[in-house]
Amino acid sequence: MKHVGAIPVEKAGNMRHTTEKNNLSENQSMEQGALLARPFAVVGRRTINWVNTLGAAAIFLVLAVLMIFRPKQWVKIIEQIYYIGARSTTIIMLVALFTGMVLGLQSYHALSQFGTVGAVGTLVALSLIRELGPVLTAIMITARAGSAITAEIGIQRISEQIDALDTMRIDPLRYLISPRIAASIISFPFLTALFDLVGIIGGFISGVMLMGANAGTFFYRIQASVDMKDVTDGFIKSMVFAVIVATVCCFQGYFVHMRTDSRGAKSVGLSTTAAVVTSCALILVADYVVTSLLI
Amino acid sequence: METPLIEFKNVTKRFGQLTVLDQADAKIYEGEITTIIGLSGSGKSVFLKHIIGLLNPEDGAVLFRGKPLDEMKKKERDASLAQISYMFQDNALFDSMTIYENVALPLRETTNLSKAEIDRRVMTRIEQMELSEAAFKYPSELSGGMQKRAALARALVTDPRIVLFDEPTTGQDPVRENAILSMVAENRKKFDFTAVLVSHAIPEVYFISNRILALYDRKIVFQGSPEEFENFDHPLKNEIRNSLEELQEKLSGLYAKRQFKVRYHTELQSGALQETYAVLVFTLKDMDTFVSKLGHEAIQKILYSMGSFIDKHFSAVGGFSARFGADEFVTALPYSDVKEAGAILDSFVEDFQGWGSRNILSWDGTEEAPHVYPEFVVLAGIAEGKPIERMGDVIEFARKQQKEICRLRCRATGVDR
Repeated sequence: MKHVGAIPVEKAGNMRHTTEKNNLSENQSMEQGALLARPFAVVGRRTINWVNTLGAAAIFLVLAVLMIFRPKQWVKIIEQIYYIGARSTTIIMLVALFTGMVLGLQSYHALSQFGTVGAVGTLVALSLIRELGPVLTAIMITARAGSAITAEIGIQRISEQIDALDTMRIDPLRYLISPRIAASIISFPFLTALFDLVGIIGGFISGVMLMGANAGTFFYRIQASVDMKDVTDGFIKSMVFAVIVATVCCFQGYFVHMRTDSRGAKSVGLSTTAAVVTSCALILVADYVVTSLLI
Repeated sequence: METPLIEFKNVTKRFGQLTVLDQADAKIYEGEITTIIGLSGSGKSVFLKHIIGLLNPEDGAVLFRGKPLDEMKKKERDASLAQISYMFQDNALFDSMTIYENVALPLRETTNLSKAEIDRRVMTRIEQMELSEAAFKYPSELSGGMQKRAALARALVTDPRIVLFDEPTTGQDPVRENAILSMVAENRKKFDFTAVLVSHAIPEVYFISNRILALYDRKIVFQGSPEEFENFDHPLKNEIRNSLEELQEKLSGLYAKRQFKVRYHTELQSGALQETYAVLVFTLKDMDTFVSKLGHEAIQKILYSMGSFIDKHFSAVGGFSARFGADEFVTALPYSDVKEAGAILDSFVEDFQGWGSRNILSWDGTEEAPHVYPEFVVLAGIAEGKPIERMGDVIEFARKQQKEICRLRCRATGVDR
């Protein structure tokens, strides 16, 4: 009998066969294990990415807010207030008018079934001041100014304009981001107040002028049911939304070059979409959280 | 020994798994034009971005006047980097701002100068860059060359000691490429800054640079003068040389300097053809003056035309020519002695004047208001060479023999052609 070292060949062959079999089954079980672990790995990776992004956005926001108070910022903040705030008034008024009119119409029909048409003013005013005003204003500004902010900053990033600021010793966060965040925090409450006012006028037009509810009762019920806390809560919400919208839109534009799914103009397009979608979703989530804290 | 203004010591830079610079060593000296050459994607821009602090090395150090940037205190580092301006490949001008606002931006944001002082400095730079008429236009309304000048005005408005140029000639045609490089050289002289250029291998780079850094396979494989680079034996040299010669031919039809030397050695110094030969050196006198009057682009067009004409004329009698300097052409006539070369030169002058009047130039005194337009003086010198004589000596002798052969006056419409 031939020997391989001290082990007979036959036995060695059997051992090799057994080892191969063991290795095969080990590989198979490892593959199965990897297959089972894959969903967890995907979830884990995404969670880590999400937490990283959240952390980066938080640092981004804090640094930008700190730089609001640096010199030479006021002119830029006023320019941004004009762009984000003043130039959004038309669309805000239009949306507010028709939102108020729909509210007036629906509440008139609903309340007339219970004989409480006099409460139209209450329903319209509270809905607008507590919820619809801040939320719809934030969503409209996201669509109008937020998307433009992402696209503008994104293009500045891919065309090296932000790098150029760095080389000129101009902090891009101070120059580009801080004024936009400050302008948003200032503009959102004003636009929300405008939305509330025009919305109530819309409710008056449909509920009183078109459907025939009593004008005196309409305003009396508003005065009686709306207190200062409703108004301040609405403003607090609008400021929270301002921080969310400005941060998300600026962050998406500023880090457009870090996207791994696309490059160039396409990445700016995708970042703009992501900014709008994320802002809108976060507005609704934050609305619930803030409402539950304030109520 | 002089301390380098900027020094790279064993600089390594990685992006994830990709190593772009691997223990790169380089020295950049004050008051010089240093050009970084290398193949596309070899990390030239990455190298440049380390100088201005846009990127930091993983290993090694970048030294500024002998002191590592990463060991400096923030204030000192900021003060050091504030002496550097950067001109981007695509200019990176803010497209929503006018040229004036673009140039004023660094002064408005980083200084406490008064509005009047900012206005004065900005307008001075704009005028120096010949952009007065475009001051209140947007970058998109300007030509590529004007945008480059606007970017240079912005880079120079803070009076930097060092200006970094990242591929300043990308996307330009050969005439404009040379015009931009000529503008860099002229402004370096005028404003006395240290220039660091990243550039593709194009002929003019060698004419304007004091020092060449060659980046190959993640390392600096050569640093020295353009003349030393000619004797540098490396695979990179062949690749660069090919593109250089191709561009040189594309530019004017002339030989590249190396091709000229090779033919000179094989045909003239071997003595295979004749016992003697003639060498002519042509110079466009006071080129810098014309640049300030007509602009870089017009001068490059004139040089391009002049080079093509010289090549065409002398190749008909068996000669070959090359551009040896920004304003100098050398022609070798293998089959002629000095006497014949003199006769050929006379006929060249006659043709050149006729061609000039038909094309880009007109004769002195024949045009209206001759004092308005600059006058070009073309010098030429002839020397006789023998196979035993060195090429450099023959050319130098021809230079010494130079005298005025024609005087031409620019016609405004002609130059625009």
